[in-house]
Amino acid sequence: MVTLKEALQMAPQEVEELKKDLNRKAKEMKELGGYVEQFLGKDLTSKGEGVPIAIKDNINVEGWDITCCSKILQGYKAPYNATAVEKLLANGLSPFGRTNMDEFAMGSSTETSCYGVTRNPFDPERVPGGSSGGSSAVVGAGLAIAGLGSDTGGSIRQPSAFCGVVGMKPTYGRVSRYGLVAFSSSLDQIGPITQNVEDSVILYNIIAGHDPKDSTSAPVEFKPVQLEEPGKRKFKIAVVENYIDEASPEIRNRLWEVVEALEKEGHQITGVKLMNSKIDVATYYILATAEASSNLARFDGMRYGHRIEGKGLKETYKLTRSQFGEEVKRRILLGTFVLSSGYYDAYYLKGQKVRHLIKEEYRKIFQNADLILGPVTPTPPFKIGSKKDPLEMYLNDIFTIGANLTGVPAISIPVGKTSDNLPIGLHLIANHFQEETLFNGAYTIEQLVK
Amino acid sequence: MEYEVVIGLEVHVQLNTKTKIFCSCPTSFGERENLNTCPVCLGLPGALPVMNREAVKKAVLFGRAINAKINKRSIFARKNYFYPDLPKGYQISQFEIPIVENGELFIEVDGEEKRIGITRAHLEEDAGKNIHREGYSVVDLNRAGTPLLEIVSEPDLRSSDEAIAYLKKLHAIVRYLDISDANMQEGSFRVDANVSVRPKGQKEFGTRVEIKNINSFKFIKQALEYEIERHIDAYEDGTYQEEVVQETRLFNSRTGETRSMRGKEESADYRYFPDPDLLPLEVPEEFFSLPIPELPDEKRRRFMEEYKLKPYDAGVLTAEPELAQFYEEVVGAGVDPQMANSYLSVELLGRLNKKNIPITESPISAQKLAQVIKRVADKTISGAGAKKVLDKLMEEPQLEVDEAIEKLGLKQISDPAVIEEMVEEVLEKNGDKVEQYRNGKTKLFGYFVGQVMKASRGKANPQLVNQILKTKLDG
Ligand SMILES: [Zn+2]
Repeated sequence: MVTLKEALQMAPQEVEELKKDLNRKAKEMKELGGYVEQFLGKDLTSKGEGVPIAIKDNINVEGWDITCCSKILQGYKAPYNATAVEKLLANGLSPFGRTNMDEFAMGSSTETSCYGVTRNPFDPERVPGGSSGGSSAVVGAGLAIAGLGSDTGGSIRQPSAFCGVVGMKPTYGRVSRYGLVAFSSSLDQIGPITQNVEDSVILYNIIAGHDPKDSTSAPVEFKPVQLEEPGKRKFKIAVVENYIDEASPEIRNRLWEVVEALEKEGHQITGVKLMNSKIDVATYYILATAEASSNLARFDGMRYGHRIEGKGLKETYKLTRSQFGEEVKRRILLGTFVLSSGYYDAYYLKGQKVRHLIKEEYRKIFQNADLILGPVTPTPPFKIGSKKDPLEMYLNDIFTIGANLTGVPAISIPVGKTSDNLPIGLHLIANHFQEETLFNGAYTIEQLVK
Repeated sequence: MEYEVVIGLEVHVQLNTKTKIFCSCPTSFGERENLNTCPVCLGLPGALPVMNREAVKKAVLFGRAINAKINKRSIFARKNYFYPDLPKGYQISQFEIPIVENGELFIEVDGEEKRIGITRAHLEEDAGKNIHREGYSVVDLNRAGTPLLEIVSEPDLRSSDEAIAYLKKLHAIVRYLDISDANMQEGSFRVDANVSVRPKGQKEFGTRVEIKNINSFKFIKQALEYEIERHIDAYEDGTYQEEVVQETRLFNSRTGETRSMRGKEESADYRYFPDPDLLPLEVPEEFFSLPIPELPDEKRRRFMEEYKLKPYDAGVLTAEPELAQFYEEVVGAGVDPQMANSYLSVELLGRLNKKNIPITESPISAQKLAQVIKRVADKTISGAGAKKVLDKLMEEPQLEVDEAIEKLGLKQISDPAVIEEMVEEVLEKNGDKVEQYRNGKTKLFGYFVGQVMKASRGKANPQLVNQILKTKLDG
């Protein structure tokens, strides 16, 4: 597949040819299930004339169906563009294809989509990760040059690690959330999923920047990230030893190899320990579900989406909202519970306090480090249908959630394969708004492991 | 037994900003259903709120006008509940830290001044409207997202009169600040009342009842009085425990009664939490130094001093900023302040109220009213004539005052020579009665006045007629 950098040099006719080619390939490789259109037997949805970018089904593209892969939004058409989409269009890029995802971005395997599962491009028996599993899978399978995903607890980085691609979550507030259907407003960010770090920088530079339509968008000046010659800068890297040790043997061994190589290259390596990662997970599932329970209240069938008419208002609400899948229902219930009177202090408020402690922990590490290095996932891609227990599924985000809770930028880059030919990802985190450091670090490692 | 009434009021004031509180849709009304909407106020997936600075400015002005603490940093929270007129499934409001806290205003009842505490005033968004039709309902979201300031009083009010005085003062303040149209019928000044009654001397409050859906001062008074009586009757009958329960009641303006909404509202858990889509609200420093216009209390004091008006009259004239302004225009045209007061408060307002016309749309301008008063003062017309002129001007607003006087033929005869001639003619015709008068039957004076007025077809200046008759008869 051509890279984004190359595609941006292509003549308009070449781009059109490329789009036709993608459409043809998407039909041939229907079983991948990376695009929603692959389930519907339709051509890839297209807007504008530029270089095609795959769009997760929770980002508004004017005139497109947008469903968050949920039954409840069937039939709804986006009446406006997300700010990130406006920026794509203004920079010669063209939204092309709706990618599959866990319903309302709630999941780590893309198994909760109402359309069906997406398969891992390296092993069709395995999941692509989630919730942006569709975007990562189509890039990993050569069905897209690049795509946009959204990351609330690892939803870009974890599937990118599983699909052998580069997935990046910007600093909270760096990319406008306007037009991204909210899962958890204080954690969500849109980010690029690409074949390599260079493309990641290109796409990130296009979508980043302050947006007056999003009050949480950072009112700081945005300077496009520049990549330096790899290896030129020597980084101070904090390696999260306890996280690496918690990962499965093949991941653990590969990461230690990379760390050793970095040290040899003259980067300064220090070992650090982060708070028990299970605390991150507990905090995350309190705060994210609390916000989600409120964010998803608007899907009541009154104004849009798929309504199931009942006798009277209450029954209509009940029938309509029963269309949510099991995982979404579970999280709405959990979030409603932690906000309920009598439980608010014990859960929601405590969650906020722990979030501050986690931020403080990261702040201290960044006093002596440019980057934090660790695994993206505890294991390589798992088998479809193998994780029946939701709690076991939640542990997939154990290493990525911290970046969302603290708001710092993070990236997942492929650094090798397991003996089963499954991708291994490496997780790199930088301090707030230090995307330039993050990308340069990632670029250095990418070139080192080539 | 004697009882004490305890009333606290919650007033929702719609702020008169040009655009809604979290989007740029216009706040204007009377438009086609759902016309003034956008992804934000429709609660479409992915849309986000952005705070309207004007609404913040108006809330700060209010806080400063009532001597309150302005929180430099306040928090927006989500109040979660389902209703078709609430597009997001939650209302963005302020819960723990409101923008305005601990204010006060002063009311006067039976000549005594009393301080009423204002616990808080917070910013929030209005909901849309459900419109019920035969067998189905529709939702109009034009109103959704209109900025509201919810103003909560302390339970300091002790009678329905005090409650009304408080509401009228609050109404005047928001109108003077020009932060709201405060039109009760149109719902831009909505009142919920909390009322309880306790035996005098009892420390604990009685059971609190909330009355909703009251949209005029008159109805609020009626509703409160009905409710107070209901509580007292229950005490007297020994049925207080059973009959007075903590609940929400609706006022029916046709029957003048309140009735329970019981069963309709379960005790709701709104699951408030800080809205993650909005940063804490920081009040810009410059809002603390914005000029505050002359407020009703100040203006009333000034009217009493400057125009020598009685406290009551000054109160009537300053209840609304437009009325006060109208008055000052009349006086400014060079008219005696007392006459200006009676012609405005009695004659003009009487005529406007009969037709339900606000002072701002008066067909008789301040300049014209001043002109009418001047014509009375210079004796061109009589007081009775002035009333006819005002009636005429109400009907035909395009007429100038002098044209109206001319058309009505009301111009007084004020030339003493002409009147003297008429007087002499009358006295000549009634020689016998003049005789009787001079012999002591002074009652006949009125008869002579009548005859002269009749001869002048009512146009003679009555004071001159009196004066000349007196000299002719007695002199
Ligand atoms: Zn709007």
